[in-house]
Amino acid sequence: MNTLFDKIWDAHVVSLIEDGPTQLYIDRLYCHEVTSPQAFDGLRERGIGCLRPQQIFCMPDHNTPTHDQDKPIEDPVSKAQVDALARNAAEFGLTHYGMLSPDNGIIHVVGPEKGLSLPGMTIVCGDSHTSTHGAVGAVAFGIGTSEVEMVLASQCILQQKPKSMSIRIEGTLGPGVTAKDVALYLMMKLTTSGATGYFVEYRGSAVRALSMEGRLTLCNLSIEMGARGGFVAPDETTFAYLKGREYAPKGEAWDKAVDAWKTLQSGEDAVFDKELVFDAADIRPMITYGTNPGMGMPIDGSIPLDAAPKALAYMNFQAGQKLLGHPVDYVFLGACTNGRIEDFRAFASLVKGRRKADGVTAWLVPGSWAVKHQIEEEGLDRVLAEAGFEVRQPGCSACLAMNDDKIPAGKYAVSTSNRNFEGRQGPGSRTLLASPLTAAAAAVTGVVTDPRTLL
Amino acid sequence: MKQKFDIIESTCVPLPLENVDTDQIIPARFLKATTRDEKFFGDNLFRDWRYAADGSPKADFVLNDPHYGGCILVAGKNFGSGSSREHAAWAIAGYGFRVVISSFFADIHKNTELNNFVLPVVVSEDFLKELFDSIAADPSMRVRVDVPAQTVTNLATGRSESFELNAYKKYCLTHALDDIDYLLEQKDKIEEFERNRQ
Repeated sequence: MNTLFDKIWDAHVVSLIEDGPTQLYIDRLYCHEVTSPQAFDGLRERGIGCLRPQQIFCMPDHNTPTHDQDKPIEDPVSKAQVDALARNAAEFGLTHYGMLSPDNGIIHVVGPEKGLSLPGMTIVCGDSHTSTHGAVGAVAFGIGTSEVEMVLASQCILQQKPKSMSIRIEGTLGPGVTAKDVALYLMMKLTTSGATGYFVEYRGSAVRALSMEGRLTLCNLSIEMGARGGFVAPDETTFAYLKGREYAPKGEAWDKAVDAWKTLQSGEDAVFDKELVFDAADIRPMITYGTNPGMGMPIDGSIPLDAAPKALAYMNFQAGQKLLGHPVDYVFLGACTNGRIEDFRAFASLVKGRRKADGVTAWLVPGSWAVKHQIEEEGLDRVLAEAGFEVRQPGCSACLAMNDDKIPAGKYAVSTSNRNFEGRQGPGSRTLLASPLTAAAAAVTGVVTDPRTLL
Repeated sequence: MKQKFDIIESTCVPLPLENVDTDQIIPARFLKATTRDEKFFGDNLFRDWRYAADGSPKADFVLNDPHYGGCILVAGKNFGSGSSREHAAWAIAGYGFRVVISSFFADIHKNTELNNFVLPVVVSEDFLKELFDSIAADPSMRVRVDVPAQTVTNLATGRSESFELNAYKKYCLTHALDDIDYLLEQKDKIEEFERNRQ
């Protein structure tokens, strides 16, 4: 009652179906190439168009190669999917940021970056990591393709209202502990289903102290605890981040918008369905050992004795084993989780003056062209190049390996992405999820390393 | 595929694993199709658990075990976690399953099943355990899912539970109507909502 989630949700209710779902109005729909083609087919079969095309933004990200994007995509099936999105956007009159457009990138990086995702909005996309946009103070969640079709057709969706959860993290994060570690810690505590059925509001002094990039990382991973979405109430950090962005209001409209956004807070008397409190001081750099993101541990810890045997067999780990010093074959920096400028700054700060370890293949993939250009403006590309690292072109890349960036079977990858499921980064691949700092530490040492020892 | 639900009685395929994620139900490399060909997705359901890298069936996986069959999949808790890919629901439907029974479903996947006329039936942990035991004891045992009455019955033991299904969704399933059919009739309400928030 009277939570920020209630306020935003209730302001978007078009109607309530008796003993059924809510008809919810959607401010922003994002479409990528993988989960949208069948939705556009549905519109054609029904002979209808989009109700509000100006509220819908399309861009390919999952299949895009991370090198030579100016050449045709080699995989014909990937190419067909990317081409289909361009065709569908043109046919239905939707904004489309094609692969070589300076506006292109991973949807969940581009949306906030362009000011398309704003406080108080309802935002959906056929992608579970749509929760990312919650960082600007929006109710944002992933949907299926049938639901994409619903929004294309009616700018509405039918949904049961989720319950609300408050996760409060109080105190100060230690050196080398990032938003990614906070999220991996929460998943370890809650498991991958601990927040199913809930929408999470992240609160507390440690959350307030996070930068916008950190909040985007934290909200991104809400789905990995089972939550439909997670958000942070907008504050000065949010406003400073959004001001001047392409689609953010300008001039007088900006001042009016900020006044309205300042009211987007849970009431003093807010009642959540569930409230959890954690101490920031308890959180250390984290790493996963298993095959779901909840199977994590502090980097200097050991694999729990009761860890799932099927997961350990896949990873070729033993219960009780420590991971520090374990050889690493690949390092992946990027994805909608950690492909923003701050993530590249963190990675560069640690590898500066060091060299990439022999035997490690490192893929550094910015989340968008804007991030890539900023890396160059700040000279981070030179720092990285001196240390033996190359910055690739933007896309989802090895996070789910739909393009050519696949981790080979049996190889160990320290990845800043969001999922370590069996085969996620390529058939047989073994993923250790971690922060950009921990990824950088592995990249320069060739083994799992506590980044605090290199700061 | 839109089809009407009434009473379903079938043998079951047991998958007594927890946290089955949608990357296992249909791996990402099969998401490149631009059409909704349920047969294609059904043929690749649980691909990497079902087939070796060379394409040969893995004998120890339940879908390759001739003792088990039917249109009801019984799975461990937190079924369908992870990626929102609706292709997972298409694969389940394309394989021929009409009902999935578990003690807990991930949110997005539960919706995508319903939107593809696959019924997710949530039962108690206890009911689920007994059901796995019944199937293990006799793979030819049957389960009855009565959608109008909202009950699920283990016909081997006679144990029955009621399951949740809101009146709106029940109407849709029993009449083969989907949410888009409904929303398209709401245009006046949507425009009124937009006017009021100006």
